[in-house]
Amino acid sequence: MQIYTIPFARLHAWQPSQRSRTLTDTANIIEFRDVHKSFGSLKVLNDLNLEVAPGEKLALIGPSGSGKTTILRILMTLETLSAGRVIVDGDYLWHEEKDGKLVDASEAHLHKMRNEIGMVFQHFNLFPHLNALQNVEQPQILVRKTSKVEAREKAMELLGMVGLSDKATHFPHQLSGGQQQRVAIARSLAMDPKIMLFDEVTSALDPELVDEVLNVLRQLASDSDTTMLTVTHEMNFAREFADRVLFFDKGQIVEAGKPEDIFTHPREPRTRSFLSKFISVS
Amino acid sequence: MEIIVEYFPLLLKGAWLTVQLTVTSAVIALVISFVIGLSRLSRHWWVRALATIYLEFFRGTSALVQMFFMFYVLPLLGVTLSPFLAGVIACGFNLGSYGSEVVRGAIQSIGKGQREAAHSLNYTTYQRYRYVLIPQAIPMMIPPFGNLLIELMKLTAVTSLITLSDLTFVAQIIRGQTAMTLEPFLIILVMYFAIASVLVGFTDWVASSIAKRRGMVPVKVN
Repeated sequence: MQIYTIPFARLHAWQPSQRSRTLTDTANIIEFRDVHKSFGSLKVLNDLNLEVAPGEKLALIGPSGSGKTTILRILMTLETLSAGRVIVDGDYLWHEEKDGKLVDASEAHLHKMRNEIGMVFQHFNLFPHLNALQNVEQPQILVRKTSKVEAREKAMELLGMVGLSDKATHFPHQLSGGQQQRVAIARSLAMDPKIMLFDEVTSALDPELVDEVLNVLRQLASDSDTTMLTVTHEMNFAREFADRVLFFDKGQIVEAGKPEDIFTHPREPRTRSFLSKFISVS
Repeated sequence: MEIIVEYFPLLLKGAWLTVQLTVTSAVIALVISFVIGLSRLSRHWWVRALATIYLEFFRGTSALVQMFFMFYVLPLLGVTLSPFLAGVIACGFNLGSYGSEVVRGAIQSIGKGQREAAHSLNYTTYQRYRYVLIPQAIPMMIPPFGNLLIELMKLTAVTSLITLSDLTFVAQIIRGQTAMTLEPFLIILVMYFAIASVLVGFTDWVASSIAKRRGMVPVKVN
């Protein structure tokens, strides 16, 4: 009898290369494959692998500096990769195939890919020189080439959905933080992205304004089949909102699972100690 | 007194020419401010380099010498400019170099968040500047532009040295013909001041009309 043994080191080396196959056909809408990201000597993402199914609602939690925001920023093409591949809706995000070779994506490719993705920021970043309605209209007209009439119709509809029909002609500085953030959500939604990214969207708000924004997100999560990734420190919200919760620490996913599992029976000590700062964990 | 009355039409003509010189060179300076200011923000190094050379050259040399060069030297090279044209080009190019720094500074002062928002909404570079950055930068440019406009108006006095009969030139003529010194110069000082006041009012009006359109309390310029 002959026993075949594969040296452990080789087996270990073999697995990632299996994962980093060049094929982009996958049922997942987002895939991170062996992604590394460093800022200078600081490692922010360390060999990250992540798969997100279409329509999935993901909550990314973890201490600050753990790399969760970087994931959103890489997806929004605000931050480049140091190594690895990201696949969005069946196509490489940061690469493209040219003459059978995989090369860094051109601006044209990135422009095409960005159409699939929308982002809402911690500090809203509404355009201060435009009123609420114009903020939601303008990107549709400029980028989607929607007619002015249609853009206005859609903008009014979305402002209604976030409860701000009566504030359409207000400028950002005339709105509260919560109202500004709801306009920003409407602005992103108007572009019909397949993927929505929410980067600590309530962190800059006064406590009494947090709920009006979270309620909009809760409603979105239950009504739409858009894939959503949210980085948040609101644990109760993450629990209701997410299909899956990812706990990050030091650029890696420490633990992932259904909200009820993560929040009630976290397996990892690091998760437990992090969560204990927010909620009582068994 | 009668002498002043007699020369008053001439003074008015000089004032009118000063206004024409100011407005024309202001238009040139404004165009240059944006062209050079935006070029200094280009992602192509050679565009930035050319713009920087322009800026340093026109900011670093005397406007008077630039004007003499255009009026007296260019004809030797086969390019003859009218005194008016040489004057407004020299003044416009010179103040345009200062203005380009105003444009660049105002655009750069706009927060990263605005660029990232435009980026995430998939605006092209052109759209980002045209619809997001420049409209927000313009209100910030107005107070320093107001200062430069007055600088420019005063600078137009140098054109009297290339035969243009602007206010300063007219004062010299009156002095030469009447032997009066105090009166003509006092009068043109008041006239320069009056023109400057109109320019200040104009700058304030532009600032407040932009602020009003954006539902803001007008910023006081001076």
